[in-house]
Amino acid sequence: MIRDRASRRLPVILTFIVGLTLTIMPLPGGIDAFRPDWLAMLVIFWAMQLPRTWSVGTAWIIGIVLDVSQGTLLGQHALALCCVAFITVRFHLLMRVFPITQLTATVFPILATYQFLLFWVNGVAGVSAPLIAYWGPVISGTLLWPIVMAILTGMRYRTRAGD
Amino acid sequence: MVASRESSNNPGRIPALGLRVLGLIFISILLMYFDNRDNHLDTARKGIGAAVYPLRVIVDAPARLWDWLGESTTSRNDLELELGRLKGERLLTNARLQKLNALEAENSRLRAMLDARAKVRDRTRVAEIMSVDANPYDHSLVIGIGTQDGVMDGQALVDANGVVGQVIKAGLMTSQAMLISDTDHALPVEVNRNGLRTIVVGTGKIDQLKLPFVVNNADIQVGDLLVTSGLGGAFPSGYPVAIVASVTRIPHEPYADVTARPSASLGQVREILLIFTAPGPDVEAAADD
Repeated sequence: MIRDRASRRLPVILTFIVGLTLTIMPLPGGIDAFRPDWLAMLVIFWAMQLPRTWSVGTAWIIGIVLDVSQGTLLGQHALALCCVAFITVRFHLLMRVFPITQLTATVFPILATYQFLLFWVNGVAGVSAPLIAYWGPVISGTLLWPIVMAILTGMRYRTRAGD
Repeated sequence: MVASRESSNNPGRIPALGLRVLGLIFISILLMYFDNRDNHLDTARKGIGAAVYPLRVIVDAPARLWDWLGESTTSRNDLELELGRLKGERLLTNARLQKLNALEAENSRLRAMLDARAKVRDRTRVAEIMSVDANPYDHSLVIGIGTQDGVMDGQALVDANGVVGQVIKAGLMTSQAMLISDTDHALPVEVNRNGLRTIVVGTGKIDQLKLPFVVNNADIQVGDLLVTSGLGGAFPSGYPVAIVASVTRIPHEPYADVTARPSASLGQVREILLIFTAPGPDVEAAADD
C-alpha cells in the first residue's frame, strides 16, 4: 500500500522538479521578463486537485528550495507560495467546477497576489526591480494556464498521480 | 454555483488549514528577518543549495553539450587558423610579459624607496559560468566553484578585459555572483589619468554604468579609463572597470551626469577569473629585497 502511495506521489514530485528546472533555465534577454511562475502554477494545480496531500506545507518547502536556488531572502518565495496554496485550497471546490475560461480568470489574481507578495517583501528588504518583472510573469502565466492545465490533467489521469 | 460555507460537514474542508498557514507565514517572516539581518542561516542555505546542485548541472548540460559539439566539429582548416592566431597572440603576450617582470621589479624597488607597501600579483583561479538564470530581479550569475575550492563572499571576478562583479553567496559547489551592472552594486574607482576617486554604480542595463557623485567641475572626460581604487577593500586596486561614455555637466545641479561603458563584456563571458587577494602582512617583507 505504501509503495503504491509513493508511486502515485512520484509523478507530482517530478512535475515540481521540471518546474524548478524551467525556472532556472536561461532565456534570451527579452523573454526573460515574461518567464511564467511555473512553480506557482504547479502549486495552484495540485492544491486544487488534491488539497489533502499537496497544500500549504508542500508549497512552503518548494518555496524554500526556490529561495535558495535564486538567492533571494530565505522565506520570501516560501511565504508567497504558501499564500498561493492557501487561497487555492480555500476555494478548490469552486475552482474545480469552473469552466476553463473562468478558471483562467481566477488564476490571474492568484498569480498577481503571488507577485505582489514577492514585491512587497522586496520593497521591505530594499531590493528594487523594474515594473515589467512584476507584470510579465503574471501575464504569461495566465496566458499559458490553459495549456499547462491540459498537460497536467492529461498526465494526472494517465499516471493516476496524486494521493 | 457552489457556496463555500464554513460548516464542519463540508467535504472540501481541510482540517486546521488556517492554523497551518499562519504558522508557516510566521516561520517565513522569522526566517526573512534573520536572513536579512545577519548570516546565521548560511549553513542552512548551503545545505539546501547542495541539494539544488544536480538540477543546476542538468540545466547547464545542454549549453555545455552545444559548446562541446561546436568544438569537436570544427574543421581542420579552422583549427589551423585558430592555432596560428593563438601562436601570434602568445608571442605578443610573452614579449609584454618580459617587460612586465622587469617593470614589476622596478615598481617594488621604487615603492620600497617610498616606504609604501608593495603590490604583489594577485592569486587567481579560473571559474566557469554556469548557464543558469538566478534571480530575475537582479544582474547575477552562477559560477561552477564554491567554498570547497576556497571561494569566499565578496571575492572579485574579472574577465580578460575588466572587472565583472563579486561573489555574493558562496555555496558549497556553486556560488552566486553579482554583476557590476546590478542596481545594488557600487564600486570605488579612480580615473586612471589623474587619480580622481569616485564611485561607479550599476544601472540595471548590462552595457551602462553611472557615476552619480562626480562634481560639476571635476576633471573627467569622455574616454577616460576607470580602474578599481582598492578603497572598498573588496576589490584589489588597478583593474580596469569601465570607460567614460558621456559627461553632461548640469549648471544648477551639484553633480554632473556621467555614464560609463563596462570594459568587461558582461553579457557574453563564459569563463572568468576569481581573484584571491594576497594577505597583507608578508608583503612588506617581500618588498625589502
